[in-house]
Amino acid sequence: MNFLRKVGAVAWKDLRAEWRTREVFSAMFVFALLIIIIFNFALELRAENARVLVPGILWVAFTFSGMLGLNRSFIQEKDRGSLEGLLLCPVDRSAIYLGKMLANSALMALVAVFILPVSFVLFNLSFGALPMIVVVTALGTVGFAGVGTLFSAMAVNTRAREVMLPLLLFPVAVPLIIAAVKLTAGIMDGLPVAELARWWQLLIGFDAIFFTLSFMTFDYVIEE
Amino acid sequence: MIQVRGLTKAFGPKKVLRGIDLDVAPGEFLTLVGPNGAGKTTFLRILATLSRATGGDALIGGVSIADHPVQVRRNIGLVSHRTLLYDDLTAVENLQFYGRMYDVPKLDARIDEVLRQVDLYFRRHEPVRTYSRGMQQRLSIARAILHDPQVMLMDEPYTGLDVQATAMLRTVLQGLAASGRTVIMTTHDLELGLEVADRVAILSGGTIGFQAPAKGLSIHDFRRIYAEQVAG
Repeated sequence: MNFLRKVGAVAWKDLRAEWRTREVFSAMFVFALLIIIIFNFALELRAENARVLVPGILWVAFTFSGMLGLNRSFIQEKDRGSLEGLLLCPVDRSAIYLGKMLANSALMALVAVFILPVSFVLFNLSFGALPMIVVVTALGTVGFAGVGTLFSAMAVNTRAREVMLPLLLFPVAVPLIIAAVKLTAGIMDGLPVAELARWWQLLIGFDAIFFTLSFMTFDYVIEE
Repeated sequence: MIQVRGLTKAFGPKKVLRGIDLDVAPGEFLTLVGPNGAGKTTFLRILATLSRATGGDALIGGVSIADHPVQVRRNIGLVSHRTLLYDDLTAVENLQFYGRMYDVPKLDARIDEVLRQVDLYFRRHEPVRTYSRGMQQRLSIARAILHDPQVMLMDEPYTGLDVQATAMLRTVLQGLAASGRTVIMTTHDLELGLEVADRVAILSGGTIGFQAPAKGLSIHDFRRIYAEQVAG
């Protein structure tokens, strides 16, 4: 219980600071929106090819904009010198990881809350698929933020830290992104649940495995 | 309160600390001076459990920093030239966050108490980024004493402060010393360091080359000894 209170305190602190400035959220949202709009015009989407391309476009928007937030997560702490204050706290450092991961997931989810309806309107998709796509987005967001928070902490002490995170994160996140894209496409196509089972398993399995690994290794990663 | 035995630290082939032995009694105020690169900050970072020693160990309140870092952190407060604060949060929000992380009982009352102590109560609901450097440093001290630690580690706390802010911080430091806390402070300002301390030590070449009670040591003699130590 005490552990969860610490997790909550870290997440509250990050979200409270973000609420004051809305710097990171604004950047993430605008970037995701631009991706959607640029692809919409660049690919001249028609009804017949929209279903094939939109899942990929959506996940490019979610992951690339999410990268902006993940990059700032530890860099901000490091640059203003508050990272040491955080590490000085007498808590298991996995509480810091979990708090940061929750805050990052919340920001990515908030971007998705705005981007999903815009995409459905822009690409002329049926809103009937939206509830299941929200579930996929939630699972994908948690997985991406989970492993991204770990790599963000890892990259913050490197020299080319802003460049390092995507180079570290995307190769590892490939299975998650593929599963999320396949599920989104399958749901849009109205495929039965059984046919999508292996993608659900991959997505949930990725979340579980990488969350556990990140949780266990964060203490070593953040150590000087 | 603090016992350091054979503490070493190397960054690759470069040895920064070469076997430090030091004892600081409960309630004692030790000023540690030394030239740039002497290892003062590294030494304090190791005591604060922010960095691992290559060899040796230190006990804080009888607890090993290597074996029980979480327990040690509960008993120390760190003030450095960086404030360790969140600029976009108010003073109260910063202290609420740290108070929750340290399980401070009766947190709201304690926050009011420390904010009055550093004379920032009247600005408590303003974001930290609107504070002057001196005010931020005072809030940094409030953050460090919030959980009532027995040991204060202060790494160049005067860096970047103007004359007025320095005078105010000196008053706060004297208050800390009077409260019976054990303090280790690093500084480049020999005069100021000598004035507030019970004992002074010189760290040079990775070892403690000199230490003596501050009482009875004139600033003139201290400067001479410092110059000799640094010259090697």
